[in-house]
Amino acid sequence: MDCIRLEYDVDGENFSSAGNASESVKRTLKQMGVSAASVRRVAIAMYEGEINMVIHAHGGRAEAEIYPDRIDIYLKDSGPGIADIDLAMKAGYSTATENIRSLGFGAGMGLPNMKKYSDEMRIDSTVGVGTTVFLRINF
Amino acid sequence: MKETEVTLKTVVLDSDKCIGCITCMRRCPTEAIRIVNGKAKILYDKCINCGECVRSCKGGAKRPVYDSFDLVESYRYKIALPSPSLFGQFNNLDDPNYVIEGLLALGFDEVFEVGLAAELVTDCTKKLMENKDLVRPVISTACPAVAELIMLKFHELADHMLPVYAPAKIAAKLAKKQALEKGIPADDIGIFFISPCPAKVYSLHREEVSNQKYISGVLSQSDIYFRLVDKMNKITNPRKLGKCGYSGIGWGSSGGESNSLGLGNYIHCSGTRNILGLLKELSDGKLDGGADFVEMNMCPGGCVGGVLNVENPFIARNRMRQLADKMKIPPATMEEYGLTEDFFIWDKAPEPSTSFQLDKNRFVAMQKLMKVEEYLKKLPGIDCGACGAPTCRCHAEDVVMSGGKLDCVKMEEKE
Repeated sequence: MDCIRLEYDVDGENFSSAGNASESVKRTLKQMGVSAASVRRVAIAMYEGEINMVIHAHGGRAEAEIYPDRIDIYLKDSGPGIADIDLAMKAGYSTATENIRSLGFGAGMGLPNMKKYSDEMRIDSTVGVGTTVFLRINF
Repeated sequence: MKETEVTLKTVVLDSDKCIGCITCMRRCPTEAIRIVNGKAKILYDKCINCGECVRSCKGGAKRPVYDSFDLVESYRYKIALPSPSLFGQFNNLDDPNYVIEGLLALGFDEVFEVGLAAELVTDCTKKLMENKDLVRPVISTACPAVAELIMLKFHELADHMLPVYAPAKIAAKLAKKQALEKGIPADDIGIFFISPCPAKVYSLHREEVSNQKYISGVLSQSDIYFRLVDKMNKITNPRKLGKCGYSGIGWGSSGGESNSLGLGNYIHCSGTRNILGLLKELSDGKLDGGADFVEMNMCPGGCVGGVLNVENPFIARNRMRQLADKMKIPPATMEEYGLTEDFFIWDKAPEPSTSFQLDKNRFVAMQKLMKVEEYLKKLPGIDCGACGAPTCRCHAEDVVMSGGKLDCVKMEEKE
């Protein structure tokens, strides 16, 4: 069976629009009858991903492929890239600016939370080119 | 199943008055209204009885349903349960006992203030917050429209819900217990909640069907108002009958419940749009670790904003605040009333609604969703409402579910 494909632009100028993609994906999952626990995992992982794109990469694109038993999420940006992925994955590590932190973001929990709430996660990143984060969440 | 749904309608349409404008359809927080043949049709399986359509209808075509005052007469021992917001409806009221005496003069044998039950709910909540591993932030379930909304559209937050009954139900349980202890035969006891909103009419009626019967009927504050004012005007020296204090009456306004818990880290929020926004944040995990307690009231300003009130909610709030300053009685405790937490905790958790699921079979639901996405590419995405659905997406979903054809004026213009 084919999958449901959903695509969104994540606006890099607008903190409050981060979460729009996850909102729309949630609606689709609920309409499919996916369990509340899975919906919550997808919501949190995807929201963290969107926020990351806003904070670090001036936005990007969120793509979701929904299958009967899982969702694959691709978060693609053309931002600065991640120099040391292992370090970025450490809880509490962040390169967010003071301005961002003063808004309550940049606690260094984005990538760790995305890992925590997903079943598979891959990061492809090239400094100066951009980053693609792949998340798979099984229902 | 169908029959219960019909009896549980709490908002009905006066077709003659409905002009088919799209105001209520746009304001409905659950996309539960469609304009069909020029009239606003409520999809009851998606309705949470919040009363927003009643509030927004310019022509008064949306009518809330509640029990008739005449029903009270059919019981020998009549108990009134006035909600805190009722006390904010009267001009120059400086003593809550006028309202209580007024209700007695109306023919009730006893008055049990819901504000008093609210103080007991607060006491129970405090203990639960200390002792039990409740998932934080804990979400208040006192507003039945919010609880319904979570069950309908935010299932993923179900484990955050405070598992205690709302004050009206606790008031009824306790009033019944005390009446039975006095030796009054169960069949003689008629317990009537006087409601500020259709959501409470609905939730209490539904519980009455499924649980042990505590409430005999739910009356409307606006319906009882003039009868009550008439009686209150004749009272000169009210007795000191009220037991509810400043804490309980505060529950009638947004923030009253969370304030009374004495927690520092809480959020209170009211109004449908604000609540949808906050639930989205909660659902994205943004408040995990960010707040201990979240109180949400669907009506603007809290229960004083319910559509069965008479007075403007903000005027009523001011009055209640001034009244609360005079009500020096400290909050009631469970110990005083010989109660334990079991008295308050849900017998069973509410079931999530599946009304928004496109099909029980996930594969079929997915096929339908793919069709929805296909239709969305054709529709203009301007959510004009001309087709009779609140958004292009809703229209696409409706067409997929009904098997009809897209019906969009903008699309035709393009072609």
